[in-house]
Amino acid sequence: MFRPEETAKRGRRVKLTVNGTGHDIKDVEPEMPLLWVLRDELGLTGPKYGCGIAQCGACTVHIDGVAVRSCQVAAGDVWGAVTTIEGLGTPEAPHPVQAAWIEHQVAQCGYCQSGQIMQAASLLAETPAPSDADIDDGMSGNLCRCGTYPRIREAVKTAAAKLSGG
Amino acid sequence: MAGLKTIARRTFLIGSAAIVGGVAFGVYKYKTPPANPLLDDLPEGAAALTPYVLITQQSITLITPRADKGQGAISVQAALIAEELDVELDQIKTDPGPPSPAYYNTALSGDAVPFRSTDDSVLAETTRAVMDAPIKFLGLQITGGSTTVPDGYDKLRMAGAVARETLKEAAAQIHGLDVAALITERGAVILPDGTRVPYQALASTAATLEPATEVTLRAPEQWRLLGKPMQRVDIVSKSTGTQDYGIDQDHPGILHAAIRLNPAQGGEMRGFDASEAEKMRGVVKVVPLPGGIGVIADNTWRAFQAALAVEVDWGPAPYPAEMDGHWTALGESFTPAHQDSQFRDAGDVDAALSQGGDLAVEYRAPYLAHAPLEPVNATVLVGEGRVDVWTGTQIPRFVQKNVALLTGIDAENVHIHALMIGGSFGHRLEDDVVRHATTLAMAMPGTPIKLTYSRGEDMTHDYPRQIAMARGQGRVSNGQVETFDLGIAMPSVMASQMGRQGLPAAGPDLQIVAGAWDQPFDIANYRVTGYRAPELAPISSWRSVGASSNGFFHDCLLDELIHAAGADPLAERLRLCNHAPSRAVLEAVGEMSNWGGALAARQGRGVGFCLSFGVPCAQVVEVSETDAGIKIDRVFVAADVGRILDPVNFEGLVKGGVIFGLGHAMNCEITYASGAAEQENFDSFPGMRLYQCPEIKVHGLESANKIRGIGEPPVPPAAAALGNAIFAATGTRLREMPFSKFVDFA
Ligand code: FES
Ligand code: FES
Repeated sequence: MFRPEETAKRGRRVKLTVNGTGHDIKDVEPEMPLLWVLRDELGLTGPKYGCGIAQCGACTVHIDGVAVRSCQVAAGDVWGAVTTIEGLGTPEAPHPVQAAWIEHQVAQCGYCQSGQIMQAASLLAETPAPSDADIDDGMSGNLCRCGTYPRIREAVKTAAAKLSGG
Repeated sequence: MAGLKTIARRTFLIGSAAIVGGVAFGVYKYKTPPANPLLDDLPEGAAALTPYVLITQQSITLITPRADKGQGAISVQAALIAEELDVELDQIKTDPGPPSPAYYNTALSGDAVPFRSTDDSVLAETTRAVMDAPIKFLGLQITGGSTTVPDGYDKLRMAGAVARETLKEAAAQIHGLDVAALITERGAVILPDGTRVPYQALASTAATLEPATEVTLRAPEQWRLLGKPMQRVDIVSKSTGTQDYGIDQDHPGILHAAIRLNPAQGGEMRGFDASEAEKMRGVVKVVPLPGGIGVIADNTWRAFQAALAVEVDWGPAPYPAEMDGHWTALGESFTPAHQDSQFRDAGDVDAALSQGGDLAVEYRAPYLAHAPLEPVNATVLVGEGRVDVWTGTQIPRFVQKNVALLTGIDAENVHIHALMIGGSFGHRLEDDVVRHATTLAMAMPGTPIKLTYSRGEDMTHDYPRQIAMARGQGRVSNGQVETFDLGIAMPSVMASQMGRQGLPAAGPDLQIVAGAWDQPFDIANYRVTGYRAPELAPISSWRSVGASSNGFFHDCLLDELIHAAGADPLAERLRLCNHAPSRAVLEAVGEMSNWGGALAARQGRGVGFCLSFGVPCAQVVEVSETDAGIKIDRVFVAADVGRILDPVNFEGLVKGGVIFGLGHAMNCEITYASGAAEQENFDSFPGMRLYQCPEIKVHGLESANKIRGIGEPPVPPAAAALGNAIFAATGTRLREMPFSKFVDFA
């Protein structure tokens, strides 16, 4: 773990822990949004660019397990360990939320789904048995232009059951 | 039907114009199947048995030329081939294939000719067949119009069957057996003694044979894959962040580009000062473009920032700068001089209305952005005598031609790598992004340049859905709808869109009246007139095209007349309906919603119907008036696509279409001020969010005699059903979208 003050002192250098791996990225301005450091500097393209202004959630990642919009967090301000969709689970060993997404065949174009899944995983970590209203509140910041909301609702419930051992 | 003569004359024009256009090549040319493009470049020992099946010693690849923008096109195309080829979906790879005339889309002609899709008369069928010739000739490898399934239904199954029979023939030759003694299963030919010979082992022999010509397609009762729930081939990658889209392209040495175009779309770029931008971190080059500038940098965000720092002198909008000008132009288009079509004219509307109409109303539908979640992007590498383009596109052959024109490199050396698309809704029927990326890449030959539009650039240069206005009148008598007269004015989508590809759009534009003139009702006096407004802001096809506005106009006007007659909205639609599959979907939603059953106070129920792309779709929407505003509680949908190939995907697409239709009807518009689109991001163009999403119940029917696609037909009835439900709940009739201008939504 590192502290933002140290980053600021180093100037154009950012240290990040992403999916368990430490990165010491030289020559990146600390104000660059985390999203673009992940995508263009580290080649992690699971987090998507959709709006750049916290309106769509396609860029959602976790910092210390909590969902954040990576387009809104300056790389120099990152306060903890970053997890992207690539670090949540894999095609061979999907996270229970991903498994629920596969089971319900939620994705259409799929472009929003990395963000939806990261948001849902964070929601369930905080609220293991969400009510319909909890799901509405927790997931409404994530836009899906294809309209997969009914299956997102179902998949969140299935994932909740899976995570609680049901 | 009135005007049969007019139609016959137009029919002839369509046919002969196409033939005139093709004379240089001869009509015979139309009938010759295009060459199989997989035969160029074939590895040793590989067989490309048809343009859709490629078998090497290692693998089986199915070619799925229609673009996948989220509708599951790759999966359904693969399943159609695999069903007959006798391979399982986990045994194959898919590839979009090269741009080639072999992959022409024959189903598109269905909506380009002036016959209702319910019309199976000889005249209608002949005209569709004539239209097929030019489409084949032009090789329009287009994804659109909900045509992937109708176009591929026979063609892809046939491709699988031909390949299978040829592989059996190869096995028969190698093993000295009679073909009739062989069967196929899971990617192998099974010999009578039970030996499995994998297709891969037969590839080199099969390649020396003439493909089988006598094949019969299996009856649906024999299907293994089709008609049953399937797992889409992209579902795991899309759930694990491992699906690559165009925007994720990476190549050694790649640079990232951003763009800034005249905020007034299509306006000039008169000059620019890039001195500040050029000093910025990571900026490699600032390049002038038609109508704007592009910035090449070493990181997308740096390119975005630098593009904003360029000072640009913009020319004025080539269309009215303020919305008033657009609405005025539409309002002034309801004149004989602007009349584009009147394909529906039954009874005597004028005589009936001269006795006094019961209604005279005006409806409006705004410009709308497609705004798929993945902003448009393209990666282009200009090399020595060769260009590579990586992008998601619905029009690969146009892209290839346009890149060839720009670079001066022959089309055959322009390689289009078609990629997965993060949504389109018609947006990827345009290729500006590729043209701009090519111009940028030409400034840096040898370096792959990835151009990504910022959300703001994408939304404000979207080529939106048409703006449209409708004027309706009518008359009721004895509790029934007796006279229905609808005029619709809009600019021509086809002229605007095809014009950008340098193609003429001759004749009346059916999209001006689509979803209205072709509805399956018999009303004593029934007229639908299309008026072609002058070109305003440039527009393009938006999920369901003309029907996206006209379904709302037609069905709500009908609803108003039914209420004026004091009739029941569902019963009166059924009484007027003259098409069995359409009646069936109306009856289905009636049953599903318990139509006529009791509702709570401040609740209302509305029915909406539209037949578009050959698919009748009915919806019942239930709303409540709450203290926070209108809440959509439930939606019941029934649609008939003839045959459902994947029930899971079908249900998802129907729900998605309903949400798309409702979300835009509620919340969205693109408006222009000082020539620029005022909505630049999802804060002002939200679509529907999850908390507003109602419970949706879907019922698919399979009685219609032709197979159809479901991508678009659920969109048009949604706005109408919502407007009708709000009227039922509140007594307020909404005649203009977005409804949020007039009511709050909870
Ligand atoms: S890209 Fe970050 S919220 Fe949309
Ligand atoms: S699946 Fe396409 S945006 Fe959500």
